[in-house]
Amino acid sequence: MSIDKKIVDDLVANDVSFITTVPCKQLAGVIEEVDARPEIFHIPSNKEDEGMGLCAGAWMGGKRPAIIMQNTAIGVTINTLATLTQYYRMPLPMIISYRGELREPVACQVEMAVHTKALLNQLNIPTYHFHKESDADELDTILKYTFMCNKPVAILTDASFWGGYGDQ
Amino acid sequence: MIRSEILREIAPILHDQLVVCNIGLPSQELHMIDDNAKNFYMLGTMGLSSSIGLGLALAQDKTVISIDGDGSVLTNLGTLPTIANNVADNYILMIIDNGSYGSTGDQPTYAGKKTKLENVAAACGCENVVTVQDVDAGKALQAAIDSKQMTIIVVKCDSGNIKLPVITMDPVVIRDRFMKAVAS
Repeated sequence: MSIDKKIVDDLVANDVSFITTVPCKQLAGVIEEVDARPEIFHIPSNKEDEGMGLCAGAWMGGKRPAIIMQNTAIGVTINTLATLTQYYRMPLPMIISYRGELREPVACQVEMAVHTKALLNQLNIPTYHFHKESDADELDTILKYTFMCNKPVAILTDASFWGGYGDQ
Repeated sequence: MIRSEILREIAPILHDQLVVCNIGLPSQELHMIDDNAKNFYMLGTMGLSSSIGLGLALAQDKTVISIDGDGSVLTNLGTLPTIANNVADNYILMIIDNGSYGSTGDQPTYAGKKTKLENVAAACGCENVVTVQDVDAGKALQAAIDSKQMTIIVVKCDSGNIKLPVITMDPVVIRDRFMKAVAS
């Protein structure tokens, strides 16, 4: 089974039915799979804080949400995470492409990568780092944990997890 | 009319609907005029009233009204293409457009200058965009509810604020009673 399909299977198995995405090369296969599943309402957002607003509304409407985004979005969404998702105690699995890690070809991506875990730590956001493909075995448990505690939870997936950047 | 006068006038219409209300004075005014479980007050996160309301409307069948301001829509302008491309016929976005950032001291917004949010919404692909003067806000809102079509209402009004206290209710209480009202 492809890793893209496994990730989306775990989301569906945990009744996640409202997913917002911001485009990403590494997560392109997951986003395509999300879009193809009839069990999931896929709503692309223009910016990640907007996406977190959509997810907050969907959750209050009875659907389990998730957001798929890049780690640069942590810089964009700190206020939303603190004053909406955390303040009103709402669950939000964040499947994050961790750019700027080993095998990264674009130097600028490293600039946010070095802040990513520190920011998540400062926000007291439970954070899991997928480096090898077998790390994704925990996704099901992480999703159950997220909806048990009603918190935003970060799942960082780096380039090694995705098998590098092809020819780069 | 200023925003608080409009809210007072449309409160009887809002009373039976799910309302997501913008941060700052709009939420404080609605809380003072008609606090009830069907109101979701934003205590932070400027700009996301329209996004929260759209997510809620897409997730269930009851009518949802997002009350937003021109300044907050400008903060989250990307919301308008998302709304246009994900039609929820149980969703109404009411933008109270007084041309100023009311909660921070009435600094002028670009919507009070050259930018017309009704034109922006239409250019983004929103199909039912209604522009009305303050006195017609209630009529336009009731018509939008009755139409059962997703509608953006831009209400033009005067800037100005009344003095009133902040909301001290716990956010989890606001959210919990709102979710129970949504599910009831």
